[in-house]
Amino acid sequence: MDLSFTARTVILGASILGIVGGVLGCFALLRRQSLLGDALAHAALPGVCLAYMLTLSKNPGPLFLGALVAGLLGALSILAISRFSRIKEDSAIGIVLSTFFAVGIVLLTHIQKLPYGNQSGLDKYLFGQAATLMPRDVFWMAILGAMVLCTVVLFYKELHMLIFDREFGASLGFPMRRLEILLTLLLVTVVVVGLQTVGVVLMVATLVTPAAAARQWTERLWVMLLLAAVIGGGSGTAGALLSATIPRLPTGPVIVLCSSAVLVLSLLVAPQRGLIWAWTRHRVMVRRIQEENLLKDLYRWGERRGGDWSSLVPWNLLMGIRGQSGSQLHRLARRLEGQGMLSRSSRGGHLTAKGLAAASHIVRKHRLWELYLTRRLELSSDHVHRDADAMEHTLSDEALAQLDELLGFPTVDPHGQPIPAGSQR
Amino acid sequence: MSPTLVILLVGCTIAAACALVGTFLVLRQMALLGDAISHAVLPGIVLAFLISNERSTLPMLLGAGALGVLTVFLVELSHRTGRLKEDASIGVVFPALFAIGVILVSRYAGQVDLDLDCVLYGEIAYTPWDLLYWQGQSIGPKALWVGGGVLLLDLLIVGLFYKELKITTFDASLAAALGFAPTAVHYLLMSLVSVTVVGAFESVGAILVVAMLVVPPATAYLLTDRLSHMLGLSVLCGVLSTIGGYGLARWLDASIAGAMGVVSGLLFVAAFLASPRHSLLSRLLRQGQLRRDMHEQLLLLHLDHGDGGLPLAEVSRRFSWSQRRLAKTVERLRARGWVEQSEAGLSLTPDGANALEHSGQGPLRHGPEDGSSVTVS
Repeated sequence: MDLSFTARTVILGASILGIVGGVLGCFALLRRQSLLGDALAHAALPGVCLAYMLTLSKNPGPLFLGALVAGLLGALSILAISRFSRIKEDSAIGIVLSTFFAVGIVLLTHIQKLPYGNQSGLDKYLFGQAATLMPRDVFWMAILGAMVLCTVVLFYKELHMLIFDREFGASLGFPMRRLEILLTLLLVTVVVVGLQTVGVVLMVATLVTPAAAARQWTERLWVMLLLAAVIGGGSGTAGALLSATIPRLPTGPVIVLCSSAVLVLSLLVAPQRGLIWAWTRHRVMVRRIQEENLLKDLYRWGERRGGDWSSLVPWNLLMGIRGQSGSQLHRLARRLEGQGMLSRSSRGGHLTAKGLAAASHIVRKHRLWELYLTRRLELSSDHVHRDADAMEHTLSDEALAQLDELLGFPTVDPHGQPIPAGSQR
Repeated sequence: MSPTLVILLVGCTIAAACALVGTFLVLRQMALLGDAISHAVLPGIVLAFLISNERSTLPMLLGAGALGVLTVFLVELSHRTGRLKEDASIGVVFPALFAIGVILVSRYAGQVDLDLDCVLYGEIAYTPWDLLYWQGQSIGPKALWVGGGVLLLDLLIVGLFYKELKITTFDASLAAALGFAPTAVHYLLMSLVSVTVVGAFESVGAILVVAMLVVPPATAYLLTDRLSHMLGLSVLCGVLSTIGGYGLARWLDASIAGAMGVVSGLLFVAAFLASPRHSLLSRLLRQGQLRRDMHEQLLLLHLDHGDGGLPLAEVSRRFSWSQRRLAKTVERLRARGWVEQSEAGLSLTPDGANALEHSGQGPLRHGPEDGSSVTVS
C-alpha cells in the first residue's frame, strides 16, 4: 500500500503506544486498578497547561514533564484520600479525575485567551490527534516505550510477586511499596506518552481493553503480557491504517474500537474461558441430565410393574412426572431413540436393552449414593433423595466402584428398593 | 433576566440535581459508573441528533437516557460472566461507546451541530441566549427549563422513593428480604443518573458532570453521618461551587464549568483537611487525645501496682518516655489531684485510686475474663 510519510509516522506511533499500553494495562487490570489509568490521564492535563504557561512553548519535553508530575500528584492524591478519610477508592478516583481535569480546563481556556500566538493545539491532548504526531514525537515514544518495557522485563519476577502474592513477597524482604511506586510511575509514563495520540478520555481503553482481551486466553502472566502487546500493537496499527485510508475517521476512537472488537471476540471464543464454550458445555450438561432423568423415570415405571420394561409407557404419564410439555418430551425421546436407548410410537415409548442398561446404571448411582449418605454421613433417609438426584449425573464410574466396595456391595437402598447390579456397562 | 442570573440559575439547578443523585452513587460505591455514564451518553445524543434532525431536547434526553441504561447493562453483563472484574468492565465499556460517539461526530460533522469541545466542557456561558419558544413566544432560556425539569424529576423520584433508595443503599440484602427489589431500584437510580447527566451535559460538559456528581456528595459525606443531611449538604456544596466557580471564571477569564469543578474540588479539600467529624485534622486530634489518655492510664495503673513513691527518673526509664512527655502527663494528672509528688517520688492519691477504680474501660483496662477485648474507644 502506498502510504504517505505522515501516515507511516502515525501508524508507527500508534503501534508503539498499543504495545506499551497493552503490557502496562495487564498490571493495572490484574491489580484491579483499571480505572487508575483513566484518572491519571485526566490528571495530566493541568500539568501540560502549567508547563506551557511556564515555558510558553510546545516543546514535548517540558509538556511531558508537566504531565508526568501532575499525573503522579493525581495518583498520590487518590492514595491520600482513600487512606486518610472515609471516602472509598472509587469516589477518590472520581474526585481526582474530575477536579484535576477541571483545573486543566480552566487553565486551558485561560491560556487560549492569552495574547500569545502559538497556544492553539494544546487541546489536541483532550481527544488526541494522532495526525499531528511528528517523527520527533514518535522517536521519543519509542525511547520511553523501550525504557518501560525494559523495566518490566528486569523486574518481571518482582512484579509477578507484587500482583499475585504481595504479602509473601514482602515477607521475603522485597520492597513491595517501592515496586508499587515504580509500577505507578511506569503507568503514568505510558499514559502521558499516549495522551497526544488517543487523548484523555480514550487512554484508559488503550490500557485496559487489550489486557482484558489477553486475559481470556491464558492463565500465565508472561503469555498475557505478550498477547496484550500483540493485541494492543495490532489494534494500534489497524486503527491508524483505517483512519489513514478512510477520510474523517479519527485515529484514537478507531484504535479503541479495534481493540474492543478483539475483546468481544476473546470473551466469546477463547478456549477455556470463552462464553460460547461455557454455554455449549452448559447446554450439553442440561441435555444429558434431561435424558438421564427420562431413562430413570422409565426404569422406575417398569420396576413398579415387577420388572416389566418392555410394555409401552404412555407419553402423558411421563409428561406428568416432571411437568414437561409434550414437544419437550418428544424432542427428548427422539434424541434417546437416535442413541438406540428407546423405541417409541405415537402413544408412548419403552426402553430398549441398551436403554435399560443405561437406566439401571443411573438408578444404581442414585441409590448407592443414598445409601452412602444414610450409612456414612448418618443423614435420615428422607433427606437424601434430592442430593442423590444431583449426584447421579456427576458421579464417575471409578467413584461408583469404590462406593460399592466401601458399602460392602449392598443390594438394597435405604428406602428398601433394590439397587440394580453393576457391570452391565 | 440578566445573563449572569441565568447562568447562575442554570448552574445551581444542575449542580443541585447532580448532587441529589450523586449522593447515592457515592454511598453505593458507584461513583465511577456515573463517570462511565457521563461519557457513554455521547453516541446517544449524536444518534438522537441524526435521527430527529434537529437540536430539540426531548429526543436527546431519550437517546442519552437509553445509552446510559445500556452502559449500566453492558457493564453488569460483562461483570456477571465472571470474565472481567467490575473496574475492568467499566474501563472497557465506556471508552468503546465514547469512541463510537466521537466517530459519529466526526463523520457527520456537517449535520451535527455539536463540537467536541463543548462535549467536554459545555457552554454554560451561552445559555442565556439559547431561548426556548412556545407558540412563537420566547419563554426563557432553554437550559433553565431543562435544568429545572431535571431537578424537579430528581426531587420527585428521590422524595417518592426515599425509603427504597435508603434501604437498598445501606443494606441491599435486607431490602431484598423485605421485598424492595434492589435491582429495580438500581436501574431506577441509573436511569435517573443518565437523565441528569444528559440534562447537565449541554451546560457543563461530559467530564465536569462527574465533578458535580461525585465531589459535592463526597464533601458532604465527610461532614455528616445522616443521609438526609448529606443530601442537603451536597446540594449546598454544589450551589456554592456554582457561585464560586462563576466568580473564579470571571476573574481568570476561563471556562465557567471548569471553574465550578475547581471550586467544588477546593471545598472537598477543605472538608478533607478540617471537617469536624471525618477529616485529617479531627483524626489527628482524636489520636492525640487517645494517646494522652493512654499515657495517663498507664502511669496511674503503674503507680497503683507499686508501693510508695516512684522516682520520676525511674518512670522515665521504665516506659522509655521522653522528659517532656513525662512532665506533661504528670502535670495533667497533678492538676486533677490524682497523683502527688513527694521526696520518695510519684504516688497515687486517694482521688487517683478512686478515679482509676471508676475509669471503666479505658484503653488499658482488660475486658472480661476471656481476655477477648481490650477496648479502645
